[in-house]
Amino acid sequence: MGSASPTAAELVAGLPVSPAVWCSGLRKRYRRRTAVDGVSFTVGRGEVVGLLGPNGAGKTSVIKMLLGLVRPDAGEVMLLGAPNREPRSRQRVGYLPELFRYQPWLTAAEVLALHARLARVPLTDADSRERLGVVGLGGRDGDRVGGFSKGMQQRLGLAVALVGHPELVVLDEPTSAMDPLGRADVRDLVLQLRERGVAVLLNSHLIGEVERVCDRVVILDSGRVAASGTLAELLGRHEVRLHLTGVDGRAEARMRAAGALTREADRFTVVLPGDEDDGTVPRLVADLVDLGVAVHAVEPARISLEERLLGILRDSSGEGPR
Amino acid sequence: MTVLTIAGLTLREAVRRRVVWALAVLTLALLGLSGWGFSKLAGLDTEFGDLTSGQARLVASQLLNLVMFGLSLIAALGTAFLAGPTVSGEVESGMALSVLARPVRRSEVLLGKWLGLVVFGSAYVAVAGLAQFAVVHWAVGYWPPDPATGLAFLAGQTIVLLTLALLLSSLISPMASGVVAVGLFGATWVAGVVGGVGQALGNDAVTQVGTVSQVLLPTDGLWRGAMHAFQDPAVLSFFETEAAGFPFLSENPLSAAYVLWAVAWVAMVWGLTALLFARRDV
Repeated sequence: MGSASPTAAELVAGLPVSPAVWCSGLRKRYRRRTAVDGVSFTVGRGEVVGLLGPNGAGKTSVIKMLLGLVRPDAGEVMLLGAPNREPRSRQRVGYLPELFRYQPWLTAAEVLALHARLARVPLTDADSRERLGVVGLGGRDGDRVGGFSKGMQQRLGLAVALVGHPELVVLDEPTSAMDPLGRADVRDLVLQLRERGVAVLLNSHLIGEVERVCDRVVILDSGRVAASGTLAELLGRHEVRLHLTGVDGRAEARMRAAGALTREADRFTVVLPGDEDDGTVPRLVADLVDLGVAVHAVEPARISLEERLLGILRDSSGEGPR
Repeated sequence: MTVLTIAGLTLREAVRRRVVWALAVLTLALLGLSGWGFSKLAGLDTEFGDLTSGQARLVASQLLNLVMFGLSLIAALGTAFLAGPTVSGEVESGMALSVLARPVRRSEVLLGKWLGLVVFGSAYVAVAGLAQFAVVHWAVGYWPPDPATGLAFLAGQTIVLLTLALLLSSLISPMASGVVAVGLFGATWVAGVVGGVGQALGNDAVTQVGTVSQVLLPTDGLWRGAMHAFQDPAVLSFFETEAAGFPFLSENPLSAAYVLWAVAWVAMVWGLTALLFARRDV
C-alpha cells in the first residue's frame, strides 16, 4: 500500500494556530438603537490588543458578545479555535467584567475556588494565596468579599480572571476603581501575561496605558470599527518640526524628498514616512546646513495615540480634522 | 459538576446570609407557642364541659393543620424571597457575568440554583415539620396518620412556589418576583377556600374557582393533600357536611393524576425559565 492517509491530529497540526479571538460581522440592536454594527477583528495568540472608543461606542457589548453573555443579532465568534456557542470555548478564558461584583458572603479564597471548580481546573490553597498575592491581596484570602473596597474587589476580579492558566484574558476597564499604584500593577500584570504568551483584550479609557502595553489597537465608534492596526501603523507618522531661515528652492526640495512638507513662515514641518531610520533627521539637517540654511531649532515629534484617536473619531463623525 | 457547585453555592448563601437563622428563630417561636397552646388542650374547660383526651386529640389534629399552614407559609416566604433575587438580582448586580463567562451552560447554572433551593426548602419542611409533630405528640399524644406523605406534599408545595419565583425572577425585578410569587400563593389559597365553600353550598361555579386555581398553581392542591395526611381520619365523620367549607380540613386525599400534574407543572415552568434565561442578555 502507499503512504497512510494523515490522521486528524496530523491535519490539525498542519494548520496555522487559530487566533485567540476571531469575530466577524457582529451586529446588535437594543430596540431602535444599533449598538454594534458589523464589527470584525482578531486577537492573535499572545497578542495584547486594546479596544478603544468613546462612551457608548459598543466596546462592552462587543466583549459580552465575544464571551456569549449577549446574543448577537448577526455575526460569528471563535475563541481559541472553538465557536463561542460551545461552553468549552471559554475553558481557557479569563474575564474581568466592567461591572465587577463577587459573592459578598464568600471569602476571597472561596471565590477563587468557586471559579476554579466552574473552570474545571485544580486550585490548591497555595495557588490561591499566590494568585491573591500577585494582585495585591496577600493575606486577605480568608476575608469576606463583602468587606472589600471597590478597588480590592477589582483586584479580586483580576485574580479570578487569572484562575486556570488562561490563554486569553479579557479585561473590561480593569483599572476603573483603582488608585495609581493599582493601575501600575495592572500594567505590569498585562506585560507579564504578554511575556507568558497569553493573549489579552484590553478595554480601557486610559489611553496612555493602552499605548504602553498594547501591540495593536481596535478603535470603535458608534458601533463600527473606525480604525485598527498596530501602534506603528496607527502612530507611524513621525514628524520633525524645523525653525529655519535662508531657505531656497533647493532646500525645500531636499525637505520634500524626506517627506510631506508644510510651511508657516519660518516654521517647517516634515512628515516622515514610517520606514525612516535613525539617521534620516541628522542627514536632513546636515544637508540643509550644506545648502546654506540657518537651522535655529529641530523638534522631532510623534503623534500620540490620544491625538490619533481624537483625529479618527472626529473624522468618523464628519467634523474633519481640527 | 457545575450543577452541584452552584447548588452548594446556593445553600451556602442561605446559611451565610442568615436566612437559615431567621427561619430557625421564626420556627422556634411557632413551635414554642404551639407547644404551649397544645398543652392546654387536654382537660380544657369549654361550654360543653371538659374535653376528653379523645376530643382533645381530634381538636389537636385540626390545630396541627392550622400550625402546619403557618409553617408552610414560613417555608414559602423564605424560599420565594431566596429564589426571587437569584436570576435578575445577580444579573442586575453583575455577579452573574463572571460566572456565566466560565465554561458552563446556563441551564446547568439554573438547575444548580433550583436544586439548592429545593434541598433547602425540603430540608426545612422536614426538620420543622417533624419538630412540630414531636411537640404535638408530647402535648396531647397525637401523631399524624401519614406524616411522610404529608411532609412530601408540603415540600412539593414549597418546590412549586420556588420554581414559580425562579420564573418570575427571570422576567421581572428581584423584589417584585418575591412579592408576586407570595401574592399568587396567597390568592390560590383563598381561591381554594372559596372553592371549598362552593362545595359545601353545592354551587358548582364557585367550586370551580378552587379547582381552576389549584390546576393553574398547584400550591393549594398540594397543601390540601398534606392536610389530609396530617389530620385524624375520624375528624371527617365528626364534622360531617360542614367539613367541606372548613379551610383547615381536607376531605379527600390527592389523586395520582394531580400529583403527576404538579410534577409536570414544575417541569414545564422550569423549562420555560431555562429557555428565557438561555436567551437573556446579561
